[in-house]
Amino acid sequence: MAYSEKLLDHYENPRNVGSFGKEEDGIATGMVGAPACGDVMKLQIKVGKDGVIEDAKFKTYGCGSAIASSSLVTEWVKGKTIDQALEIKNTAIAEELALPPVKIHCSILAEDAIKAAVADYKKKHQD
Amino acid sequence: MLKFPIYLDYSATTPVDPRVAAAMIPWLTEKFGNPASRSHAYGWEAEQAVESAREQVAALVGADAKEIIWTSGATESNNLAIKGAAHFYKSKGKHVITVKTEHKAVIDPVRELEREGFDATYLDVQENGLIDLEVFKAALRPDTIVVSVMLVNNEIGVIQPIEQLGEICREKGIVFHVDAAQATGKVDIDLSKLQVDLMSFCAHKTYGPKGVGALYVRRKPRVRLEAQMHGGGHERGLRSGTLPTHQIVGMGESFRIAREEMAEENVRIRRLRDRLLSGLTDIEATYINGDVERRVPHNLNISFAYVEGESLIMAVKDIAVSSGSACTSASLEPSYVLRALGRNDELAHSSIRFSIGRFTTEEEIDYTIDLLHKKIGKLRELSPLWEMVQEGVDLDTVQWAAH
Repeated sequence: MAYSEKLLDHYENPRNVGSFGKEEDGIATGMVGAPACGDVMKLQIKVGKDGVIEDAKFKTYGCGSAIASSSLVTEWVKGKTIDQALEIKNTAIAEELALPPVKIHCSILAEDAIKAAVADYKKKHQD
Repeated sequence: MLKFPIYLDYSATTPVDPRVAAAMIPWLTEKFGNPASRSHAYGWEAEQAVESAREQVAALVGADAKEIIWTSGATESNNLAIKGAAHFYKSKGKHVITVKTEHKAVIDPVRELEREGFDATYLDVQENGLIDLEVFKAALRPDTIVVSVMLVNNEIGVIQPIEQLGEICREKGIVFHVDAAQATGKVDIDLSKLQVDLMSFCAHKTYGPKGVGALYVRRKPRVRLEAQMHGGGHERGLRSGTLPTHQIVGMGESFRIAREEMAEENVRIRRLRDRLLSGLTDIEATYINGDVERRVPHNLNISFAYVEGESLIMAVKDIAVSSGSACTSASLEPSYVLRALGRNDELAHSSIRFSIGRFTTEEEIDYTIDLLHKKIGKLRELSPLWEMVQEGVDLDTVQWAAH
């Protein structure tokens, strides 16, 4: 399958790989997908007191497109408020990486990972 | 000097041995006669070359040259054997037995027979990929007419017990066909002792050219077939079509070299395989697919847990190998052979078939071991599943949000 240079770059040199300590302040985690489907994404965000995402990390089990999509969103969410992060759409991810049609589900999963992480943050900080 | 990508896919095809290529060339240009031309020297010399190649093929497998029929390859041989025998003996019964892990070139002719009204049984294999003889015996019916079992499996390299299967079939008067496409030059085959009625061969897995193969058809006791290709009555009417002299000469030469060099070559290949095996099983959570003992040394099929199949193939683009995953579309299709062993989808997807051959070097094996260590390490570093397993989470107990 022919992949774009941007996609291959994110696959070869994924950004922000890793995990935050579970006890750190302002950490929220979104885990989406299932091993049997061939993709599992874990996205973690570190949100400051002002509601801005200061840092993000990911780990992904999945194909090259899934790895690249999640790597890309860790870059995109940084500096955004959690509500701005929710505006990142899968179509933008797919366009940026020039995902082939059969890999669009990877960008949808990456969008879902953002939603899941933000939902986790809101659950923890609803008071 | 390493040449990239490193070729470790000898089970898919092999390069033509330079000695084979050299033997073929004169038969394309100067000695171009039709072996069926009986009226002049061009035909006579071509016929002689074809017959001498027939002797060489027969010699590798302990057969008589009269028992060898030229075909275009193992797919055609399998079709001729399975459909030809079933059609010929259909008045005796309508049941055919094969195995779930057979090559598509056996499975699909059997499916075609089912469409024609035959009954078929596709046997399960054990977790090690081998047939259980008791399961086989239990599947036999009074109306079973044809059994087809491969000698060496193309994906996992296991060697099926065809000696015992042949005894059982002979005792019951059932035609026994064996696909030996992956076996020539790798295991000893002696058809003067084996109770096999039909055996398929091809040249290109044994350093010969693509596009030529052969079918062994036993004469004593005689096995009859209905031809699938009709025409000029070549090959005693079993397979019409002008014989491709150069291809046949190539197959003969490649089988001659196999017979003379296989003992020595297989020692070398086993040494390389052992080196690869110990180098790769050093990596945590790796599983060998197929029986560890009853397999050809040329094949090593390994699943790497907690990494995904397509990203694994992308990561190892410096080596030319086959994957257990046909992940070219949104729908994931793991290898049906690995599924038949009871491997789950994830392990079937993350498998790699390494196949070693005549031109593989120790340097290439060492490079491969090093590459896999680095890339598996990197992908697991990326894998949330690996992280969870390291933390002691049992993945089977996790509620996944399937999508």
